[in-house]
Amino acid sequence: MSNHLNDITLKIWRQAGPNERGRFETYLIDQISDEASFLEMLDILNERLITEGREPVTFDHDCREGICGTCSLMINGQAHGPQKSTATCQLHMRKFQSGDQIVIEPWRASAFPIIKDLMVNRSAFDRIIEAGGFITAPTGGAPDANLIPIPKPVSDAAMDSAECIGCGACVAACPNGAANLFTAAKISHLNLLPQGQAERYSRVEAMVETMDDYFGSCTNHGECEAACPKSISIDVIALMNKDYRKAKFKNRKTSARAD
Amino acid sequence: MTTDSRLNSKAPQGAIEDKWNNYKADVKLVNPNNKRKFKVIVVGTGLAGASAAATLAELGYQVDAFTFHDSPRRAHSIAAQGGINAAKNYRGDGDSVHRLFYDTVKGGDFRSRESNVHRLAEVSVNIIDQMVAQGVPFAREYGGLLDNRSFGGAQVSRTFYARGQTGQQLLLGAYQQLARQIGLGGVRLFNRTELVDVVVIDGRASGIVVRDLMTGEISSHSAHAVVLATGGYGNVFFLSTNAMACNVTATWRAHRKGAFFANPCYTQIHPTCIPQSDESQSKLTLMSESLRNDGRVWVPKKQNETRPIDQIPEEDRDYYLERLYPSFGNLAPRDISSRAAKRAVDDGRGVGPLKNGVYLDFSDSINRLGKDVVAERYGNLFEMYERIAGENPYEVPMRIYPASHYTMGGLWVDYELMTTIPGLYAAGEANFSDHGANRLGASALMQGLADGYFVLPYTIGNYLAPMLNQGTPDTNHPEFKKAEEDARNRFQGYLNIKGSRSPDWFHRKFGKIIWDYCGMERTAEGLQKALSDLEPLYEEFKTDLRVTGDGESMNQTLEKAGRVDDFIQLGMLMCRDALERNESCGGHFRAEYQTDDGEAQRDDDNFCHVAAWEWTGDPMKAIRNVEDLNYETVHLATRSYK
Repeated sequence: MSNHLNDITLKIWRQAGPNERGRFETYLIDQISDEASFLEMLDILNERLITEGREPVTFDHDCREGICGTCSLMINGQAHGPQKSTATCQLHMRKFQSGDQIVIEPWRASAFPIIKDLMVNRSAFDRIIEAGGFITAPTGGAPDANLIPIPKPVSDAAMDSAECIGCGACVAACPNGAANLFTAAKISHLNLLPQGQAERYSRVEAMVETMDDYFGSCTNHGECEAACPKSISIDVIALMNKDYRKAKFKNRKTSARAD
Repeated sequence: MTTDSRLNSKAPQGAIEDKWNNYKADVKLVNPNNKRKFKVIVVGTGLAGASAAATLAELGYQVDAFTFHDSPRRAHSIAAQGGINAAKNYRGDGDSVHRLFYDTVKGGDFRSRESNVHRLAEVSVNIIDQMVAQGVPFAREYGGLLDNRSFGGAQVSRTFYARGQTGQQLLLGAYQQLARQIGLGGVRLFNRTELVDVVVIDGRASGIVVRDLMTGEISSHSAHAVVLATGGYGNVFFLSTNAMACNVTATWRAHRKGAFFANPCYTQIHPTCIPQSDESQSKLTLMSESLRNDGRVWVPKKQNETRPIDQIPEEDRDYYLERLYPSFGNLAPRDISSRAAKRAVDDGRGVGPLKNGVYLDFSDSINRLGKDVVAERYGNLFEMYERIAGENPYEVPMRIYPASHYTMGGLWVDYELMTTIPGLYAAGEANFSDHGANRLGASALMQGLADGYFVLPYTIGNYLAPMLNQGTPDTNHPEFKKAEEDARNRFQGYLNIKGSRSPDWFHRKFGKIIWDYCGMERTAEGLQKALSDLEPLYEEFKTDLRVTGDGESMNQTLEKAGRVDDFIQLGMLMCRDALERNESCGGHFRAEYQTDDGEAQRDDDNFCHVAAWEWTGDPMKAIRNVEDLNYETVHLATRSYK
């Protein structure tokens, strides 16, 4: 049977809009089941606020299964909170104790402007994918799926990178607000696969340079890997850097030939 | 019963294997240089929407895509775990297009349209080719070829998968194709933008009215054709495995503008979800059906068993699926497995602290295959379970219970996926056509991608071709202005009520009514009770709702109010549909109509048809129209998985 947590102090960032001044507000909550998820705890707070005629806390969330990447909270200074390899929506109150103070903030990164309260705009991630995070394969002309065997270790490594849920925790955790883990995860996924080779070097150049338009620079802190709910390894950044360096030579030669 | 003239399926002539080829041979085409003169709106960016938008843009059409998420990649297709079916027969185990077609028709309890299902089975093979070309990292064998697993309702291994995240990988594949087109300018994306109405001018779908969720601004968008790929309505039950924002608004608003709503009572209750743990719970989490490949379902033989699990000997365990359905065993279809679990729990043999689950036990598989192999297959699902339930499934059996998961019902569409409103299409879970009264596992991803990649790009051209050089409708047309005004009044109306209950309070309350009376088991009496409870609750909603904040900025409570309003109306229609369908079939189980051993008893003489409901201004007064289902290839038979 579930137990209840009491006397929890929530300090939550409230901000009415993108250009408004924000502030922390404090709420006390009681009688939270330890079976409840962290977001269900916020649901309960919000129900109470509505009943009191106050505006509930705005936060992004959707699947609540750790896969859609919509949820995004800094919990006591940690992106997605204290549990390793776990998105906020999968964090449960059994990880907290009665009497705890919990500070809840939005993702902190200049590339992710605040929309309201705890909700931020992560569209810059979409711009990076639009720049090259795909394999050009128009519908209809694909060869048989088993035509090109892919060694299992290669396929597995591609899958490890492809697991990225695009939540932005890596950026929020990074002291520089860099998006290298996100960008490199997509680049490794596609650049490892045989299908991705044709666009390998144009992809890495376009994606890295779009990333640099929006985000800070990587200085190898490794905070991103620690915060990643999918435990994506920073090794992917090394692969991205290697391919980017190569691309700067190759792409110059290719365009010179084309001239 | 005879088919209503407005419900002509337009299935092409010819033998079932030839219909799609015949259609493609006769279809009207739009010249590549003319495609850019047409604009298509695609609402929703899940598998069906993203694949349709990307492909239509590749062909050269101007596409406007809409999602209420911050990014197209958040769509709920992403949460599908287990896999995607395709009749590739890579295992050489006897699979074929015909067998996938047959399994799907049979799995749907003979309530789907043959021609659509056969086309789905045909294009299933193209989907796998397409997704591999896009870089979807499907699971592979050591030799580098693609791996397969088995799923419920099939005796062949035809399911392709990417760990326990197949939906994620397929959606990201489709999203990346969409992103490429956005980058190239072929698609304009409107994110955090929700459809609030569909506009019909002179009998044709002419555009949509949307609400910008960040500013509350209501605006109109016109096009030559509109595609709704907005998913299902499983959240009508409040507790479901659907994501929190999944809603029926787009299809419901289209229904109110004249699109018939088909078979709303066909809802799927998935057998393997984590049981509810307390009443504050906001949603339920699915555990992939693929787990039933290696997990054995059981409950104690004795009621109110009190011994701890390791002290219940083999002879006191009831592996009820293996006992009742020996040839399919733990892989019996979803509707059958769900009802069997419900009976075990209702019989007082449930397990867990609230006695509301059954065991899914991996100990045999771990002994046989080793922990590493089991971890390789299901590692991430086991971790997910442990995070939520706080127990380690390598050591303690999982506890599972059925939950609402998918809805087979949806907007009525013809063979071209066009609704009863010309120019308005419905794709993926939003339509009704392929799964009959029950969907087989790993078929939702298949259908979403089939519709978006391989069906709509052909059929939309057939509609557009004769409209060459007609401009898009003017958004200053009175119909657009009226729809905008109605939407503004509706949302302002929610704010003006200033009652005492939140939208969630109403959702929880009516969701419970629907679950209790229109869930896994239904009776005429229960459905009448539900209807008589829903009407006053809807009145209460209209007079006692409280929405805080304003309509000019991000307001999640206001969004929710609009969705709950539409869900309540749909709930009434669901109950009416379930009440009128005096038979049991697939996911629709009426307790009055069952065989001696408790299986669903169909009534093919009176109900071998689609019920397509027509809006009249009030869901309680909707008119039931009928499309007869003519089985030319498959013989109607009693489903048996024994």
